[in-house]
Amino acid sequence: MSGISTTFTTEPTIFELSSSGRTGATFPKSDVPACDLPNDNLLRDDLPLPELAEVDVVRHYMALSRYNYSVDSGFYPLGSCTMKYNPKINEDTCRLPGFLFTHPLQPIETVQGNLLLMYQMQEWLREISGFAAVTLQPAAGAQGEFTGVLMMRAYHKARGDQKRIKMLIPDAAHGTNPASAGMLGMTVKVIPSDARGNVDLEVLKAECDETVVGMMLTNPNTLGLFDEHIEQVVKLVRDCGGLMYGDGANLNALLGIIRPGDVGFDVMHFNLHKTFAVPHGGGGPGSGPVGVSERLVDFLPAPLVGILEEPDEDMPALYGFVTPKQSIGRMKAFHGHFGGGLVRTYTYIAMHGPDGLKDIAQYAVLNANYLAALLRDTYKIPFDRICMHEFVMEGRVEGTDVRALDISKRLMDYKFHPPTNYFPLIVREALMIEPTETENKDTLDSFAAALIKIAAEARENPELVKTAPHTTLFGRMDEVKAARELVLCCWLPEGYEDE
Amino acid sequence: MTYIPISPKERDAMLEKVGVQSLDALFEAVPAKHRFPKLNLPAALTEMEAASLLDEIALSNENVRADLVSFLGAGMYHHYIPSVVDHVLRRGEFYTAYTPYQPEISQGTLQGIFEYQSLMTALTGMEVSNASHYDGATAAAEAVNLAFANFRGKRRKVLVSASVHPQYREVIRTYTQGMDLTVSGDGADADLQASPEALTPLIDQDTAVVLVQYPDFFGRVFDYTKLIETAHAQGALVCVIANPTALALFKTPGAMDADIVVGEGQPLGLPMWFGGPSLGFFTTRKAYVHKMAGRLVGETVDSRGQRAYVLTLTAREQHIKREKATSNICSNQGLLALASAVYLSTVGQTGFKQVANLCYQKAHYAAAELSKIEGVGLCFGQPFFHEFAVCLPKPVAEVNARLLEHGILGGYDLGQDYPSLKDHLLVAVTEMNTKDEIDLFVELLREVLS
Amino acid sequence: MSNTPSSLKYAKSDEWFDPATGKVGISDYAQAQLSDIVFMEITVSVGDQVEAGGQIASVESVKAASEVSAPVSGKIVAINEDLASGPEAINGEPYQSWFVQIEGGDGADMLDAAGYEKHCEERAH
Repeated sequence: MSGISTTFTTEPTIFELSSSGRTGATFPKSDVPACDLPNDNLLRDDLPLPELAEVDVVRHYMALSRYNYSVDSGFYPLGSCTMKYNPKINEDTCRLPGFLFTHPLQPIETVQGNLLLMYQMQEWLREISGFAAVTLQPAAGAQGEFTGVLMMRAYHKARGDQKRIKMLIPDAAHGTNPASAGMLGMTVKVIPSDARGNVDLEVLKAECDETVVGMMLTNPNTLGLFDEHIEQVVKLVRDCGGLMYGDGANLNALLGIIRPGDVGFDVMHFNLHKTFAVPHGGGGPGSGPVGVSERLVDFLPAPLVGILEEPDEDMPALYGFVTPKQSIGRMKAFHGHFGGGLVRTYTYIAMHGPDGLKDIAQYAVLNANYLAALLRDTYKIPFDRICMHEFVMEGRVEGTDVRALDISKRLMDYKFHPPTNYFPLIVREALMIEPTETENKDTLDSFAAALIKIAAEARENPELVKTAPHTTLFGRMDEVKAARELVLCCWLPEGYEDE
Repeated sequence: MTYIPISPKERDAMLEKVGVQSLDALFEAVPAKHRFPKLNLPAALTEMEAASLLDEIALSNENVRADLVSFLGAGMYHHYIPSVVDHVLRRGEFYTAYTPYQPEISQGTLQGIFEYQSLMTALTGMEVSNASHYDGATAAAEAVNLAFANFRGKRRKVLVSASVHPQYREVIRTYTQGMDLTVSGDGADADLQASPEALTPLIDQDTAVVLVQYPDFFGRVFDYTKLIETAHAQGALVCVIANPTALALFKTPGAMDADIVVGEGQPLGLPMWFGGPSLGFFTTRKAYVHKMAGRLVGETVDSRGQRAYVLTLTAREQHIKREKATSNICSNQGLLALASAVYLSTVGQTGFKQVANLCYQKAHYAAAELSKIEGVGLCFGQPFFHEFAVCLPKPVAEVNARLLEHGILGGYDLGQDYPSLKDHLLVAVTEMNTKDEIDLFVELLREVLS
Repeated sequence: MSNTPSSLKYAKSDEWFDPATGKVGISDYAQAQLSDIVFMEITVSVGDQVEAGGQIASVESVKAASEVSAPVSGKIVAINEDLASGPEAINGEPYQSWFVQIEGGDGADMLDAAGYEKHCEERAH
């Protein structure tokens, strides 16, 4: 076997694989009389794209795919991300030609299937959340949030209430909450958590005045805890004229358990890619519909899907687009993440029905509590009470300097994806664990066993943990080099080096 | 049907370990009067039933592959997608992974994005690309955010050409409604026949950014070099909203000295999917990289000295900067960025030029044939790519309705957005349209108008 | 323990101020907290009038971002233009890496070295 290297070699870039003259696709010859291109100074000189045959492309991407960990390969307990199993049927339904090959500006008579699906989705999400109306337009959770905050602003403005500039946000909140409020120039007031992980009611009371736009609350919060005073929190905010924003990131814990609209929330975004099993796609696309209470219905983004003509004996209903009276405008071109987001979610809800949705929440909560019970004696769980779909523990081992980051990296050696690290900010060395309902008891048992074993390793052989991972194809990264040298592209534009 | 892999026996053992009697007992923190609402939803379907329900819904649409011949574009285009693209996307390793926060086990996604960034800079002639935005319209709005942040809010005027996609202009207005700036340049009085230099007198020291489209909404190809030079003389930035297929043939906005180039990536191997999800690409100069929103992948080495990739400059983003962040974006169109990279790698420079050339040839043939019809004329005289406006002697809605009876989507009614272009039809032609289809379209239109 | 020259004054928000020259930078403690600095940007111009506490710069490291405030009120008379192209100098030599020079303040109400060290120690707990 001499001469054959068996060490791992990283995959070249697509540009390095290029060889002049290869091609992966050919197109038919033109069947129309030839026509000259416009004059040269409107044309480009070169087109520096790679040249590969189809088999080169396939092998390249297969090689890259093997570098990824994914839900299909194993347990992925990333807190607040709801990395549940993505049913395969959804991949087929969203690719039906009737969906793939419809243009967003086709006459509505030719896309009644799409519009019916969107209308029913609005209705189903409304029913699940207890809101008065739902827009499907926002492209992702963060955009849904921005949509919500824009509507809150528009609501106060329409009432001539100009002095409201303060957004109340708990210290455990996702970064997107303050960023969304910041995009509209609002002042963010951080509300601390109390000893049981609830919103501190005393501080909240003191902040509730006539300058409050509203409150952005994630419930269950990022500690995985359901706020025990939720009704008082909502009342305080509403009594001072504020609106309640619900961050729907953690809706997986609430399906069939409670409807945010029933408790008095005014607006909430859904993350279809979390709660309703739309795959995360390595970072997107997501889909972030928004539900609102009566107070905000007129401010929804345009357009919504409505019934233009009621059905009668001969004709089904005619669905089409409608524009709310005081709409904040359009959030993106066309109608939202229809194919990737809505068709998959529609399939998922249709297959679950009301009881199936409740099962999702119940088993997601059972799995989180079961894992917490297995780990409680080894790792400290602050705010330790019955949690919802996730819990946060401290990634520390007493008497060692092993950190949450080290434990996370070591988990990779045991073939698990690490939990979310260092979030929420209010827990030291936080490890936020969300198992979801689609994991079995054996997986949870082995994951807990691995974490318990790592705690022992941290005491006996801390270096082993601090230099992990050891068995993955890649080791820890030099992030300082990446940020300082800033190589963001694998080819250099002409004359670039001279600069 | 659910996907829960826990047997009743296992469930009971787990409940015992947790120390509660039943699943319902886990929810005592939830206010009793709102607990366990009855959801009025249809009963659960099996996979077999769901598949047939979705089949039925999809079949009740008329699609442009089987049922209709389309000349409709206006921001989304029917192009051929090589089979290999979806085969790659169907790998669970790609589509069921999360954002690559753990680079040791996410190099597939990271290298994929790095290559996507490289391909986008190659296409636009720019220096850096982020990992993508939601779509072309939101990418354009993010360009305004970049410019506003670049001047620290001191320049408060945004100029947008009237020949930028109407929905993009709406989105820019939605995004900026809470910001202390004005958006202008696209009023009803804007001269649509004029060259881009018409915006020149409006550019001043208070202008943060000028946005133009390339080819513009009417399909016209302008060289923006002079306009950009003027804007730069006033210290303003210029954002060019580009169609990526056109960039296979035409001078890059980078070569015109644009500061930001964004656009809709759907033509790069993505289905139209009734409007989304699609892909907003965003490229700029290295000087603005810290002001650019969105994810960014950079090259580095790992602890074993291997070349590898990581998310970089993350301190710009919302999870660290919180209310001080330029944007709240925390995703990218990961899988679709991957799709566009697979598409561009597969068609390569030869195939991509071929696609663009076919679009150009067929559109020009269609334009020539259509303008032979009595009463039909090309609306603009400038060079165009694969889309063009024609004036009709009858209302577009009426004409389109008649064409639809014959299975033809005639194009976009420009009068909806531009009162001065009443009875004007925007026609798009791509490599998917055969000569026979174009001839049929011309013949039917002649019939409808006679 | 971090380095805290006694000739300088310090703000609770971790800026140092040199009463002799009017130069402003961030302390050794602050650079260590931020870790590897990869970007810095001065957000004021020469001639600007600044209020104590107003933002003059922002700094980003691999993991964190921070605003730098004016420790005294006064007029910006100089800006260290070289710092932006080599922000890692702030990690290496925090007290040589001045950001701006402010004229008009004496820093009388700022902490001295001993007071600032105590302030840093308190935060460590």
